[in-house]
Amino acid sequence: MNFDYSEEQQLLADSVRRFLQNKYQFEDRKKIIAGEGWSSDVWAKLAEMGLTGLPLSPDYGGFGGGAVDLMSVMEAFGEALVLEPLLPTLMAARLVGRAASDAQKRALLPAVAEGRLRMVFAASPKANVVGAPAAHKLLCLLEKDLFIADAAEVPMKPYRTLDNMLAARIDFSPSKADLLAKDAGAAVEEALDFATALVCAEAVGAMKFSCDTTLEYLKTRKQFGVPIGTFQALQHRIVDMFISYEQAKSMACLACSKVDSSENPAERARAVSAAKIKVADAARHVSQESVQLHGGMGMSEELKVSHSFRRLTVLARQCGDADHHLERFASL
Amino acid sequence: MDLNYSAEELAFRDQARDWLAKSLPAELKDKGHYSKDELLRWHRILAKQGWVAPAWPKEWGGTGWNVVQRYIFEEELGYSGGPPLIPFGLTMCAPVLLRFGTEAQKKRFLPRIYQGEDFWCQGYSEPGSGSDLASLKTRAILKADKYIVNGQKIWTTLAHYADWIFCLVRTDPTVEKRQEGISFLLIDMKTPGITVRPLILMDGAHEVNEVFFDDVKVPAENLVHEEGKGWTVAKYLLGYERMNTGRIGESKRQLARLKEIAAGKMKDMRFRDRLSRLEIELIALEITNLRFLDRMRRTGQPPGADVSMLKIKGTEIQQGLTELAMECIDPLAGDETSMALQKKYLTTRKTTIYAGSNEIQRNIIAKMTLGL
Repeated sequence: MNFDYSEEQQLLADSVRRFLQNKYQFEDRKKIIAGEGWSSDVWAKLAEMGLTGLPLSPDYGGFGGGAVDLMSVMEAFGEALVLEPLLPTLMAARLVGRAASDAQKRALLPAVAEGRLRMVFAASPKANVVGAPAAHKLLCLLEKDLFIADAAEVPMKPYRTLDNMLAARIDFSPSKADLLAKDAGAAVEEALDFATALVCAEAVGAMKFSCDTTLEYLKTRKQFGVPIGTFQALQHRIVDMFISYEQAKSMACLACSKVDSSENPAERARAVSAAKIKVADAARHVSQESVQLHGGMGMSEELKVSHSFRRLTVLARQCGDADHHLERFASL
Repeated sequence: MDLNYSAEELAFRDQARDWLAKSLPAELKDKGHYSKDELLRWHRILAKQGWVAPAWPKEWGGTGWNVVQRYIFEEELGYSGGPPLIPFGLTMCAPVLLRFGTEAQKKRFLPRIYQGEDFWCQGYSEPGSGSDLASLKTRAILKADKYIVNGQKIWTTLAHYADWIFCLVRTDPTVEKRQEGISFLLIDMKTPGITVRPLILMDGAHEVNEVFFDDVKVPAENLVHEEGKGWTVAKYLLGYERMNTGRIGESKRQLARLKEIAAGKMKDMRFRDRLSRLEIELIALEITNLRFLDRMRRTGQPPGADVSMLKIKGTEIQQGLTELAMECIDPLAGDETSMALQKKYLTTRKTTIYAGSNEIQRNIIAKMTLGL
């Protein structure tokens, strides 16, 4: 039992945080949103830092990392509200790594690791898929079989989600696709658990931002001649926000650790679903309270806290909402 | 990061679990209330094994286990279903003596606490001083080599079993900062002038008391630390590294029992989802507790206000478990089993009030952790 990050994990997390602090401030992010919705420059930098190859097998140009290796990266992404579709690509790459033939892996994964290829996964042929407009390849589950197609061949309507992520409504047809794997149900479930654990980590990062910025606001905003943080009614509410954040962080640790270590799919699924339930509840609690404690300012488009609110609202339901995972948790 | 126990840790856990299962007398298992003899019987079984005070320094009987081992043992102990180890001597008075006591005080009291020869209780709360503890009025005036104590304590848990009480008393009512007029005093419960009166709680049980002091003479050598430093001592205890604040092992046992009781109710999705959420709260608390221990291990810092978070969540979970258990039975039932479950719900309401109410715990986190 240990909660330590290895030296390598720590160095990577530090360099990602440094990059985001320098190049991914709220104003930088606004410009990306006003433009294409994602930045190829940022993507190139993420690849340069090794993030696109981090969880891929060394046999295909990756570093052989796991969910725990990505956890602090996703936390940092959550804090900065990063728009680039790294997790969708890594999730799809994991699926290729688990389900595809060696030839297909050779054709796809080294390009992903080098940052030249972006992929996304759709759980059904007509779906709303984050990152699809920026992707080169689309994976799609049809019945139990997994297909792959060039994104250019898939009809799609791009749009922005509630939290400004680039997404598309796709209409996937197997006629212009290749079969990647038959009977891929178990591999899809595993890759979804991997993605869910990391969505939890991302939400934990966004919660950290919401808690920190609200605390700062309570210390600086004055009413009745004193900082509003001197009022006990507000103190107790922000304490509960921090408790929710800590509990959610613990569950994200558990989920990532079990995704990496568990040989037993039911044990893994149970940990991941438990984490998603707690994270969904905490995300809702923290985001709602962060807006309330900011008063009118919390509603404003100008403050990052309202963007973090939207991100947490979506992350709480992405990869299955609390009800979905309660059903799964109870069935295991 | 790996949240699985290592092979050594699992072996340690199995060893503790096996020994506890083998050593706990069947008649002591899962009782709601325990007599003094029953409490001490289990205490002495653990003392004989050398496991009654794992966190103490080795020279006084501690085990030398690391924090993870100690946590595992605490959890297994809670999960065993045996009588609780009463904290007043083992994890309250003893750490205070180890930190602030004289050699004579340590030699006199620690071995007797360890062996379960002295039963201790805690004299903090007073009728006018609950959450505002620093307003306490019980007066101790030094005359020659004795303190003369007058006043009243309330909510004193198991005072009717106790041989000794450690008290916060006011030795100086004139200092501007009222905390600096408080001292920490050890008082023999057999001293003339002490009266213990039961307070019966709503489950009908006698657990807490009022304790009256009427010209009680206490040798000056029973002062711990310096006069006027009682508040420092109390604050030290607040942040003392108690592994068991969240009572996770006990809650795990209650959860397992609840699942047995609730077997017929699991088809009710409304109930099932509430049970799942509570179970997940408990998992989250356990991991949070382990994260705090891990941080303590790495930094060497005592946990401080982290303990407050564990107290808040741990007690909320305990209450949630008793509430769900009660919902599994007919509200009008009068049989013994049903009544015990309902009384457990009643008595567990105390947990968010005692040992610093959960509101006080939130104040502590706001001040100490968040800087508000």
